[in-house]
Amino acid sequence: MTLEGGTDLFLYYIALPFIAALLLSLFSRPHSKTFHPGWLVAIIPFVLFILFLTHSSGISEGQPLASLTNWIPSMGIQLSFYLDGLSLLFTLLITGIGFLVVLYSIFYLSKKENLIHFYIYLLLFMGSMLGLVMSDNLFVLYTFWEFTSISSFLLIGFWSHRARSVYGALKSMMITVFGGLSMLGGFLLLWIATDTTSIREIISQKEELMASPLFTAILLLVLVGAFTKSAQFPFHTWLPDAMEAPTPVSAYLHSATMVKAGIYLVARLSLLFTGSDLFFLCVSGFGLVTLCWGSFMAVRQTDLKGILAFSTISQLGMIMAMLGFGSEAAIFAAVFHIFNHATIKGSLFMVAGIVDHETGTRDIRKLGGLMTFMPITATLAFFGTFSMAGFPLPIFNGFLSKEMFFDASLQTAAPSGLAEQAAPFFPYLAVLGSIFTFVYSMYLFFGTFRGKVQLDRLEKKPHEAPFGMLIPPFLLVCFIVVIGVLPNLINECLLAPAAGAIAGNPIQIHVAFWHGIKLPLIMSLIVVAAGALLSLFKRYWENIFLYLPGKLSADKAYQALLNSLLRGAKKTTSSYMTGSLSLYLAILVLFLVCVTAGMMAATGGFAFSTAGLSPVKWPEAITGFSMLIAAVATIFMKRRIAAVIVIGVVGYGLALLFVLFRAPDLALTQLIIETVTVVLFLLCFSHLPVMKPDSKPLRSKVADVLISLSAGTLVTLVAISSHSSKWFQPISDYFVKTSYSLGGGKNIVNVILVDFRGLDTMFEITVLGLAALGIYGMIKIRLRKKGGMEQ
Amino acid sequence: MERSSNDLILKTTTNIIVFIILAFSVNSFFSGHNAPGGGFIGGLMGAGAIVLLYLAYGIGPINRVIPVNYRIVLAAGLLIAFLTGIGSFVFGVPFLSHSFGHFHLPLLGDTELATAMLFDLGVYLTVLGVTMTIILSIAEDDGDTSD
Repeated sequence: MTLEGGTDLFLYYIALPFIAALLLSLFSRPHSKTFHPGWLVAIIPFVLFILFLTHSSGISEGQPLASLTNWIPSMGIQLSFYLDGLSLLFTLLITGIGFLVVLYSIFYLSKKENLIHFYIYLLLFMGSMLGLVMSDNLFVLYTFWEFTSISSFLLIGFWSHRARSVYGALKSMMITVFGGLSMLGGFLLLWIATDTTSIREIISQKEELMASPLFTAILLLVLVGAFTKSAQFPFHTWLPDAMEAPTPVSAYLHSATMVKAGIYLVARLSLLFTGSDLFFLCVSGFGLVTLCWGSFMAVRQTDLKGILAFSTISQLGMIMAMLGFGSEAAIFAAVFHIFNHATIKGSLFMVAGIVDHETGTRDIRKLGGLMTFMPITATLAFFGTFSMAGFPLPIFNGFLSKEMFFDASLQTAAPSGLAEQAAPFFPYLAVLGSIFTFVYSMYLFFGTFRGKVQLDRLEKKPHEAPFGMLIPPFLLVCFIVVIGVLPNLINECLLAPAAGAIAGNPIQIHVAFWHGIKLPLIMSLIVVAAGALLSLFKRYWENIFLYLPGKLSADKAYQALLNSLLRGAKKTTSSYMTGSLSLYLAILVLFLVCVTAGMMAATGGFAFSTAGLSPVKWPEAITGFSMLIAAVATIFMKRRIAAVIVIGVVGYGLALLFVLFRAPDLALTQLIIETVTVVLFLLCFSHLPVMKPDSKPLRSKVADVLISLSAGTLVTLVAISSHSSKWFQPISDYFVKTSYSLGGGKNIVNVILVDFRGLDTMFEITVLGLAALGIYGMIKIRLRKKGGMEQ
Repeated sequence: MERSSNDLILKTTTNIIVFIILAFSVNSFFSGHNAPGGGFIGGLMGAGAIVLLYLAYGIGPINRVIPVNYRIVLAAGLLIAFLTGIGSFVFGVPFLSHSFGHFHLPLLGDTELATAMLFDLGVYLTVLGVTMTIILSIAEDDGDTSD
């Protein structure tokens, strides 16, 4: 089945938009008066479209193409691209609609905009999207997935001076990147479970994977990725806010391409997941809920693009549901609707853009009766909206796919168990969602183009759009009608291979308008009748929107989540980052105690042995006891000088202990250093304010005492334990033996310091030097600053 | 430190004691390899002697009598210590390898000389420089702020 040509042909295809974006960035003047850069950019998708078309004949004969380039061979990550029916459908949509959108944007965006940036982002997006749908490698797919998130972020925030644009861009970024990371987690688990990164090889290991304990986690993580990208309930909330993007972007990204990336992912991996109960329930369940909720919410919108955004959400839910149904007819219907929806929604967004462009508003409450001013636009909108509603006439492709959707919902391939019990409810949900689809479609068309004209509320006097702006939606509408009339036109060459790629075996379904009077047709008629009634009496039931979404909308949930997250983080941080050093010290010491004590207890490190202890003599005991008294007394000193002098007792006591334990060098050093330290303390104290009595509350005093006691106890226990468990022979014998023969000295301590371990000493004196220079610098620089201030 | 300008007994005893301390400091430096002492203790004692001079005579006079910048002493000490280490490269041995031998010197007779002594000299000078730098900068600061 595969054709491993070893060619890197597709790499060039995908690289083409990126290279074009790079070249475009070399144009220094962003505002060219004479030449619109869109004309140059339009060449890229057109050429790519033709190139992909040339491959289509081979693919419809069941000859997928592949190309392979090494990227990170040590991890098995290759730039391996693969063109089968499914990828071909998407590449043609991306490049075809991309071409039309660029054409449309030439007339839509004025030359005053920063067009170079716009087209660079758009080309980046196009390239990433192509890479996404053609990748055979999990991680390459993920890379392009995030590329689309980033370029879409840039496009949504294109008018970055508007607060709503920035908000929408951030929101879409947060949600889609959240999903993308979850998907990466799923991909990593897939990699672990199958030990390969190639999607085709993973699918060939389906049986082992189904038995793997990781299967559920993989499925859920990957689905979260797909749902966030494709704006499924409850992650759909970013899509309406993304409508702040320029309309060509909305038409391209948020109706035809990016939002279908999640659909693509589910379709691509459905071979792997079908047969699983969970997959069926999640995908069809969430799809149908999205369909109903999206179409219900669309009726509530007053902004043209808002209606279209929720409409997109609901249509994507419908496609998702069909992919979940899993039967051959459902998969074919899904593919068919992917194509139909791209044509319908692309044209409708362009129409909305034209209305916005020619009247200055997108608010449907201000619009009305535009048919007389813009007859061509109205006609285009008529085909788009009625096709979206699934009006039963043989000139609308939307009707055909809706019919197939009803048919598929009646004959699901529910695996077993819970899924089998849920399946009978699906047709009802499907009809419910479609009724509201009908309602908002009618609302969209009649609200904009029929009814009273309100010229005084419009910013401009409406007139027909320029010709160039009408051509792209016209071409898309042509598809609506042609596919409506001749549904089997693209069946052989495009849809059947795509459906075959999803299902794993060739699917041949003949699409026909007239089936005879069967259940799907009756369902369609119910939809039309109920929808017509609901639209006519919309005024009377509109108040339901005050109660049904009410406080439950996903946007509010997102806001609440974000706010509580920020507030919680702020609260947590400010609860321990108080700026109080004593608190930090307490936390540090407590942490040290907990970790050390825990580790010692867990590994059985505590030990106590009296073997090898020397007898205690009187002088040592007396010295130690005095030191103890002095140390305890220090705590209770009321004045600093007293505290320092008392702590000096400990220092001199230590020197005495060194003498008693026969360490003359240490004793000498300790004696002098202790003196110097006390002198330095006394020097510094003349600069300090009088010590205030400790004003800490009793509770924190007790806590301080407990923490210091536990730290002291722990250190004592560790010292005893380390003394009690001697595992190795000390190396001091070596020094004693070789001090004179190798070091030439009889003072072993000194020989160790300057000879055996001279490096330590060298850096210790460096430390001393740095400390001295630091003190010198601190004092002198402070003085100089002070002098400067006085001047 | 400025106030003890008229303390005759202190000044007189200091004159004698400083030499004793300095001698003891030099002694402990030289005997460090074989008896308690060494560069560190010697350096501290030397600094002690100079501090005593400052205590007895005040900062001004001593700065005139011993016009030494102790930061340079510090740097010189570090330099000597490092050079001693690097010097071992000349003989193709690892960094800080020491050697020693007995030499017959005039006046001192049979003396043991070790390169470790040079290193210890570096320690001595560094410690002296460090102690004096710290004490003098704090002391001078004290004088300046009280003005």
